[in-house]
Order: sequence, then structure tokens, then C-alpha cells
Amino acid sequence: MTVKELADKFSFTVCSMPDPDRKIGGVYIGDLLSWVMGRADCDDAWITIMSNINVAAVATLADVSCVILAENVAPDEELKKAATEKNINLFTSPHSAYETAVKLYGELK
Amino acid sequence: MSDKLTFNFDVDGEDFTSAGQASVQIKRNLRQLGIDSDTIRRVSIAMYEGEINMVIHAGGGTAQVNVCENCIEIVLKDEGPGIKDIDLAMQEGYSTAPDNIRSLGFGAGMGLPNMKRNTDEMKIESEIGVGTTVTMRVNYGG
Repeated sequence: MTVKELADKFSFTVCSMPDPDRKIGGVYIGDLLSWVMGRADCDDAWITIMSNINVAAVATLADVSCVILAENVAPDEELKKAATEKNINLFTSPHSAYETAVKLYGELK
Repeated sequence: MSDKLTFNFDVDGEDFTSAGQASVQIKRNLRQLGIDSDTIRRVSIAMYEGEINMVIHAGGGTAQVNVCENCIEIVLKDEGPGIKDIDLAMQEGYSTAPDNIRSLGFGAGMGLPNMKRNTDEMKIESEIGVGTTVTMRVNYGG
């Protein structure tokens, strides 16, 4: 599944989508940035409630396919800007991290 | 590539939000050099953790990355307060970061362990009141 298909299917709000055809390989949930950076796999969709600028650096370094901010958490302006500049797909989901992950599981299994 | 290639960065200690610029830049540089993606990931993660550490604890510092034929060496140097107990600092979950740093998603006590996990060799030299130098090596293409 591509990130665009995901965003369309579940009506996620698109904050930035510079790479719509990027394939989603798995899912990782976490808010501690070092933990995420150490454990998330390349191509994972990363679900978090962290919304500051450092999310952009972690997303780039861990090379995730997209970042999904759960429970309609709004990204900081700096994060929004960095996502566009650094080629990061960034969405918000109205659902909890758990519910968002369950939806993704249904698509990826 | 028989000669070593060196990249130097200043890590600004005042600007927490720009931390990570050096590691994102080095990721780009290594990609241009055709280094494999697993090696790039390990180097850039280790370096980012080091950058964050220097910003949180030491008011910034410098980062040097040497790209050699079979390894990439990262040298992070600061003139911060030094690490009191290196063994303790290496334990996952141990952190001396203040609360405002934790609220940004850091300070989980994962930094140094992540650096060690992502590199083949890591050496910490630290003197209280003088500073800390962390030297890491990632082997590749072996």
C-alpha cells in the first residue's frame, strides 16, 4: 500500500505528501524519539503524538515512509515546514494510535 | 577511494530545534558517495544521538566524519561538563536530561546505548569540567 492510498482510504488530513507513491512496509508506534530512531524499520509508517521539529529529523534518519500524528494532534509550524523541505509524508489521523495501527494492520497483513 | 574524506560540522548548542542538521547533511553526503543504506542509517543515527547529547548537556560542540576505505569514523567533541560515570551513562534508561528536554521526546536514556548499538566501535573520553570526546567507527563494505 502506498502512503497516498492510505491517506485517501482513511481520510487522514495531509499536512505534506511530497512522496505519495512511497510504499508502507510496516508500522511503528512511539513518542520517545531515540527509542523510535533505534527501533523503527525503514519504510514503516510511524504513529506518534510528538509534533515538534525533531520529528522531522528522526523521520529522515529512520527513513520511515510516513509520519501519522494520532488523535488529530496538529504539527508545529516548524515541523510542517521541515516535512515539506525534507521530503517527509506527514498526516494527522482522528483516531488513537491503537485504532490507527489496527486500520493499517488490516491493509498490510 | 584510497584517501580519506573528511566532513566537519559545528553543532550549535543554543538552538535545540536545529539539532540534527549535521546528521541529515552527512546522510546526504554519504548517499552521494554511494555508501550502502544500512551503513548510512547507522552512521546518521549514531551521529544524531551524539548531536542531541551535545546540545542537551554540553552547549554544543563539533562533529567530524572521516570516510575511509572500509570504515566511517565519527568524532564528536565538546567542552561541556563531562560525564561523571560513563558506565552508568551507558545503561539504557539512565538520563540526567532536564524535564523540558523530556517533553520534546528526548532524555529517555537511550542516546549513548543507541550510539553503541549502531557502531562497531565506540570510545568515550571524558574529563569533568573539561569536556567529552566520543569516537565511533562503523565498518562497511568488508
